[in-house]
Amino acid sequence: MLERANPVSESRVGEGGWRVVVGTRLSRIAAIVAAFVVVGLVVLPAFASRALIQDLIFVFTMLALAQLWNVLAGWGGLITVGQQAFVGLGGYVLFAATVLAGLDPLLAIPLAGLFAGLVAALIGPLLFRLEGPYFAIGSWVVAEVCRLLCAQFKPLGGGTGTSLPNVVTANMWGLKPVQDLLAVRAPVARDVIVYWLTLVVVVATIAAIYAFARSRLGLALAATRDSMAASRSIGIRAHRIRYGLWIVCGVATGIVGAIVYLQKARISPDAAFSVTDWTAYVLFIAVIGGVRTIEGPVVGVLLLWALQHYLAQFGSLYLLLLGLIAIVMMLFLPKGLWGTFAERADIHLMPLRRRLRRS
Amino acid sequence: MAVIDTLVQGALLGGVYALFALGLSLIFGVMRLVNLAHGDFIVLAAFIVLVGATSFGLSLPVATLIAVVAMFCLGFALQRLVLEAVLGEDIMPPLLITFGLSIVIQNGLLLGFGADSRRLDAGAFETRSLEVVQGLNVGLAPLLALIVAIAVILLLQLLFYRTALGRAFRATSDNPEIAQLMGIDHRNIYAVAVGISLAVSVIAAVAFGIRANFDPAIGPARLLYAFEAVIIGGLGSLWGTLAGGMVLGIAQTVGARIDPEWQILAGHLAFLLVLFLQPRGLFPARRA
Repeated sequence: MLERANPVSESRVGEGGWRVVVGTRLSRIAAIVAAFVVVGLVVLPAFASRALIQDLIFVFTMLALAQLWNVLAGWGGLITVGQQAFVGLGGYVLFAATVLAGLDPLLAIPLAGLFAGLVAALIGPLLFRLEGPYFAIGSWVVAEVCRLLCAQFKPLGGGTGTSLPNVVTANMWGLKPVQDLLAVRAPVARDVIVYWLTLVVVVATIAAIYAFARSRLGLALAATRDSMAASRSIGIRAHRIRYGLWIVCGVATGIVGAIVYLQKARISPDAAFSVTDWTAYVLFIAVIGGVRTIEGPVVGVLLLWALQHYLAQFGSLYLLLLGLIAIVMMLFLPKGLWGTFAERADIHLMPLRRRLRRS
Repeated sequence: MAVIDTLVQGALLGGVYALFALGLSLIFGVMRLVNLAHGDFIVLAAFIVLVGATSFGLSLPVATLIAVVAMFCLGFALQRLVLEAVLGEDIMPPLLITFGLSIVIQNGLLLGFGADSRRLDAGAFETRSLEVVQGLNVGLAPLLALIVAIAVILLLQLLFYRTALGRAFRATSDNPEIAQLMGIDHRNIYAVAVGISLAVSVIAAVAFGIRANFDPAIGPARLLYAFEAVIIGGLGSLWGTLAGGMVLGIAQTVGARIDPEWQILAGHLAFLLVLFLQPRGLFPARRA
């Protein structure tokens, strides 16, 4: 929730003393509060329990995935149900790079992102040929192809998968300093490192998406959503922006996947490319909080965390309930909890609307 | 002979895939809606027939008929009570709702029936086969599935091009506003389309339920096959969809011959290849 971009710098004084403003007094206060929250989260491992740290790893990774889906679907119009392709690939590249090539996990994570981005770049042009809703199923097919190919990859256990050997994480960069700093055992220190990584990724993702949504590119994409013909006539090359967005989100999703599987330390094709784990939950978060808002998924992920805590033990019933809640939300509060609240109360912590002000 | 046998078996499998695809293609054609729960509705239909046949002791045809009526009503109600509210310019809400339905149906079936694999019992019929020529046997059940697929396509063609309802479908598909001006209630037209789509799903469910096992989790895979058949065949053409199903079936059978683990993957790769070479499908409708 960092609000790095200074609203005043974006405003341009036009004729008659009018200027375009995005930020508000409230958004500046929210940014300061958010900065404090982030600092608090950074130092949290010094006193929090290991269980809370692990819970927050789940919250941050899900939030990052939800934000990435949100920007693809909400801004890019690329409604996908196949993001598990990039999560799974990220995980598999991490395993391949550390187990087979002996790379340090921290080095393997960016590599996983690059690989996922490469796959996104290659498969994107093919998927973009599919019209609107068929794009969604096409992305699912790609995820299945990735799952089946990874299941054929025998060095990492084929269909049954494999575990990350202890030696990989035992000598991980940064482990010793963190152990000394917090005076904890190695497994706890590993959790803390993963926790910080997810925190960095989620904060960077949110900041980048906010900057994108407020940028000229974000505005251009919003315009293509309103009218493709009109936006093309003023020179917006929507296709290029979408393709770029798709690749960048692929990279980020791959990075998240690599971090998730560094934490899980066990991978199998069915889990790594699971549509329930990496798409259903993500859609739930976005729908509950509010698609096309940046605050929405934050609300959504906290709600999912609470539901998970109390109901996950019920297995199928829990998932059935999540599905029903999502359907009811779409019918009665299509803008989600945050989206509806923000509209009724006119409260926007991360405003995107450009307003005219006389200076 | 092995080559011909593979092609024939694949083409017959294509009949089932075409049946999967028809319902998906139908509602996309009429209302631009893609039902992400389509595969799960097929599995739901299979379980309804199973319950009718085992718990109520009905014969398979009777149980199928009852399921057809039940699924038609379910589809009609689904459109009027749920989907209608979110259908519009924005394609996201209907996609998210049908994705939610997919999760609900899968987990509902899992709660009701457990994760065990089931099969519809068609008696001796399912194993009987015809020797077409020396060394080439064709199973009666797969053959019937293909014949049924062709029959369903013929019926849908008749419905579309020879009846008042079909005219209403085409008119609403072309322009819902003008169709309304002509006195067509598009809401009921859409509801009937979803109803027919789910009714056809029952036929698909029975055709595949007597030749392969099913369990609550396999819905999404059926959706993907249906989708691939539609795209390979080309949007807007029912015969194209049948051909697309056959291409998919043949690709899978050839893949399975090479290595059983490659069956599904080969089908997906064939789909991606067609998308790469012929993005509008192999047999696109002239009108589209």
